[in-house]
Amino acid sequence: MSEVDIEWPWQYSFPPFFTLQPNPETRSKQVTAWKSLILTYCQKTKTYLIDVREATQFALFNNSTINRKLEHNVIISILSELQKTGNATPIDKGKNRWEIYWHTLEEWSSLIYEYISNRGMQNTVVTLYELVQGEDSTNEEFNGMQQDVLIKVLRALERERKCEVILDDDIQGVKFFLTVSILCV
Amino acid sequence: MNRLKYTSPVLLDGESTVVVENNVRLYDGHQKTSFEGGELIITTHRTLWGRPGTIARGQTCLALHLDLVLFVEEESPSAFSFSRSRKVILHLSESVEESDGPQLTSYYSFIKLSFRDGYTSNVIGVLNDLLQKRLWEPPSPEAPLIPQMPTIKLRTGIVGIERSLQEKQKATDESITKAFQDLSKLMTMAQDMVRLTRTISTKIKEKQGDITEDETVRFKSYLLSLGINDPVTRDSYKSDNQYYKDLAREISDFLLSHVEEMGGMMALTDVFCRVNRARSLELLSPEDILNACRVMETLGLPLKLYQFNSGVMIEDNSSLSAEELSQKLGISVTLAKERLLTTEKYGKCCRDDSIEGLRFYPNLFLTKEE
Repeated sequence: MSEVDIEWPWQYSFPPFFTLQPNPETRSKQVTAWKSLILTYCQKTKTYLIDVREATQFALFNNSTINRKLEHNVIISILSELQKTGNATPIDKGKNRWEIYWHTLEEWSSLIYEYISNRGMQNTVVTLYELVQGEDSTNEEFNGMQQDVLIKVLRALERERKCEVILDDDIQGVKFFLTVSILCV
Repeated sequence: MNRLKYTSPVLLDGESTVVVENNVRLYDGHQKTSFEGGELIITTHRTLWGRPGTIARGQTCLALHLDLVLFVEEESPSAFSFSRSRKVILHLSESVEESDGPQLTSYYSFIKLSFRDGYTSNVIGVLNDLLQKRLWEPPSPEAPLIPQMPTIKLRTGIVGIERSLQEKQKATDESITKAFQDLSKLMTMAQDMVRLTRTISTKIKEKQGDITEDETVRFKSYLLSLGINDPVTRDSYKSDNQYYKDLAREISDFLLSHVEEMGGMMALTDVFCRVNRARSLELLSPEDILNACRVMETLGLPLKLYQFNSGVMIEDNSSLSAEELSQKLGISVTLAKERLLTTEKYGKCCRDDSIEGLRFYPNLFLTKEE
């Protein structure tokens, strides 16, 4: 993986950071630091998917300057911590492939709905491609979002009855609703 | 006694004086004789006895030729004797010559020399030595020695060895009996004491409230130190407790300087070796030492078991491995590691476990705030 333009925290160059600490107090500080670093890193690099088996390719888990790597099982346990706050989900049984949500699905869905509302695009059908790859959304954070993650975000919106996801073979789109209509008398 | 002769104290050919002792009394067998307070001279050939000054003036004295002495032994002092007096028994062979001594016949085959003031030199050793050397015999290179050997060379013969073994056994037996006389008295006393304390404890139990709390506690502690179960509270304490406490004090006194030398810590195995080496006898079992060390803390002694939290300060921006720490402090690697782990346990350092080995860093996770 290429060099990443990210401001690494001091922990990143502190060798014990890459060893899971046995002291509970120390460990909780360490894990907290890792969690925030992972989210920052994924946000900066727009990484939606991490495969633990290829973790050494990420500069995140492999600091070549001090020659330290984070072990697989430690990565998994930290990602599991992220899962508790809704910031990550394993997508296979072996917990090797993880989707990372630096914004939780709920946060994403409100971001997207806000974007749609601001543009008055309710009651129109938007293709998923248009939504995350289109020219209009290039400045939005969700631009370039992976489709699997996007569908999960939209499904969350769907549960709130704010949209309807259309996943046909030929068209993959979404129709947003006006929230006002829900506030019926 | 009939083997002794009146003779002149002039030394014979090749004879020389070996030992001179004063205030010596002669016994015929077990019988005291009137020959007391005399001067005893042991020469290479004879044993001479004379009244004070007579020998020096060359007057007649009593002489026993060492040829007649079969073997020598010391009479063990009786249990009731407090004097410095020591007695040496000379076992004699049958006299072949007609006696011209103070006594013509004797029932006994031995005489005793009683040293009223003890003796200054090793009389037994000297006599044995002389009996072996047999300096009074003209040096004869050949045969005559051999037939004499079984009768006279007692120290090396089987009979001699057996006899000396017997004597030793007897002496040991006696000393053991003496030692245990006191002990059996103590044991009978102890039984009475146990009975006494039991009755008193029952009384305390009955009269609870009549005596103050303070007194009860104090009395209980007396009972405990006697090694008696307290039937009032049925505590499981025994005299072991007191034993461990005393032991803890002793170990602490002895080890403090050593532990300081070692850098403040010593593994329990080292403690065990050092304490037992210092005691050399009366060795302690590992369990006793462990138990004693356990109570150290409660006694407020300067040492305690697992005193690891005294803490290692690691300078910032540096890391340490157990090996480096052990070299720095001059302690064993195991101890150094134990210290680091304890430091880690208290959150003062954190670990870096890599292929380069386990190293410890100051715990910036807790100390460095963002």
